Amino acid sequence: MALRDVAVVGFAQSPSVRRETSGNEVEMLMPILAEAKQQAGLKGKDIGFTVSGSCDYLAGQPFAFVSALDAVGAWPPIVESHVEMDGAFALYEAWVKLQTGEVDSALVYAFGKSSMGDLPEVLTIQLDPYCVAPLWPDAISLAALQARAYLEASGKTERDLAEVAVRSRRTAAANPKAQVRTSADAATLLATPYIASPLRAHDCPPISDGCAAIVLACGDVVKKSAMKPVWIRGIDHRIEAHGLGIRDLARSPSTKLAAEKAGVGRGRVDLAELHAPFTHQELILREALGLGGDVDVNPSGGPLAANPMMVAGLLRIGEAAARLAVGAGKRAVAHATSGPCLQQNLVCVLERD
Amino acid sequence: MSEITNITTPIRLDYTYTAGRATQRFLLGMAEGRILGQRCPECSKVYVPPRGACPKCGVPTTDEVEVTGRGTVTTFCIVRIPSDVLSVPPPFTCAHVLLDGADLPFFALIQECPFDEVRMGMRVEAVWAPKEELAATFESIRYFRPIDEPDAPFESYKEHT
Repeated sequence: MALRDVAVVGFAQSPSVRRETSGNEVEMLMPILAEAKQQAGLKGKDIGFTVSGSCDYLAGQPFAFVSALDAVGAWPPIVESHVEMDGAFALYEAWVKLQTGEVDSALVYAFGKSSMGDLPEVLTIQLDPYCVAPLWPDAISLAALQARAYLEASGKTERDLAEVAVRSRRTAAANPKAQVRTSADAATLLATPYIASPLRAHDCPPISDGCAAIVLACGDVVKKSAMKPVWIRGIDHRIEAHGLGIRDLARSPSTKLAAEKAGVGRGRVDLAELHAPFTHQELILREALGLGGDVDVNPSGGPLAANPMMVAGLLRIGEAAARLAVGAGKRAVAHATSGPCLQQNLVCVLERD
Repeated sequence: MSEITNITTPIRLDYTYTAGRATQRFLLGMAEGRILGQRCPECSKVYVPPRGACPKCGVPTTDEVEVTGRGTVTTFCIVRIPSDVLSVPPPFTCAHVLLDGADLPFFALIQECPFDEVRMGMRVEAVWAPKEELAATFESIRYFRPIDEPDAPFESYKEHT
């Protein structure tokens, strides 16, 4: 069966902030959903499929994602789904739904208010509940285990990690939606103390509140868009073994395989948006994706500059598409991850006409 | 060697809840003994308490509406087991109350009335906490009690049952 061509026709995001104190999730989402639909030239009732990505542990209340549907307007009943994952994986579900031919448009959104709980501890709850979670390894400690394994295996240094942060902050300075936009040189960053060796503050993502939405379309619906359509040419996601001890943490074979299936190597890559919340993960992902030094990586600043949980992966697809739409390149790779130490990885290849 | 059939792994996470702009207005109203809702600009439904959006239309609800504490029981149940959190002894009556001018019934206790006299359509009013005990919480309304009015016809609230 031939695949249907699916285009990104709308993208909107809130600013990423450390703590959104006035608005609840619904109030944060409403203007973003409206903006994305407006770009796509679609009204709520025109949308064929709606799917979201979020995590109830962030809000600390069961079925928080159902409450968020207030922002969509789900009456009369709509065709709707949800993944307890980053919105990028919700976008994958929307892409599959579009492939079935049942619908010609889809609204994908993601939201996360990490500020309401203790994020590193909340993330512990996603671990093996019998042998790992009771020891309460927090998300940064696990990333640090991976960073150490990577530095030892690759011969890279903490300076190489700091250079990732320096570049991320420099590019984020031009992104008004980013959270960490203060520039610093590598020497200054390396003089700061460790959080969990070998990781310092600049190696770790900020804690962010934020949300984002993408509209996908097929066929004639694409023509309604005010945004220049950006086509999804390949999309795939793969997962690693669950046990952290089984994995080679210094590499990302699941990203490599997803990249092969998505067709990353079939053409020149102009830019890449990588969901690497930690500096060393960007280096692991570059290698897995086969990206050379000529590829513009994370021109938005990436997750080191803005990391709303459950949103930051969807943001990679949106940021890459938005850049292609305004002519910043012809072909891009977007990557999203889920779980500890790059547990599960999604790769999406985007192209402008 | 005994077989391990279960383990205990305590988990505790603390959260600081963000009520949101609309619900915050409602809660601050509670502290003043007022009931504040919001109206949908498209379908004109009034939500009490408001969450900032019309879940039917998916648009922000911006117009604030104050409603009185008078309303109608749309459905109810009689609880015959003691509650860990409610101080009232069983049997007691829980109900959905649709305030006059509102389109969203909410959960309430019915008191000052024999439990077996509570019925759908019964007219009730809010009994507030003493002024000095009013706070930004739903508990500022202690309970609802009957008022001397004929029952509301079923047609007037059937959409909300």
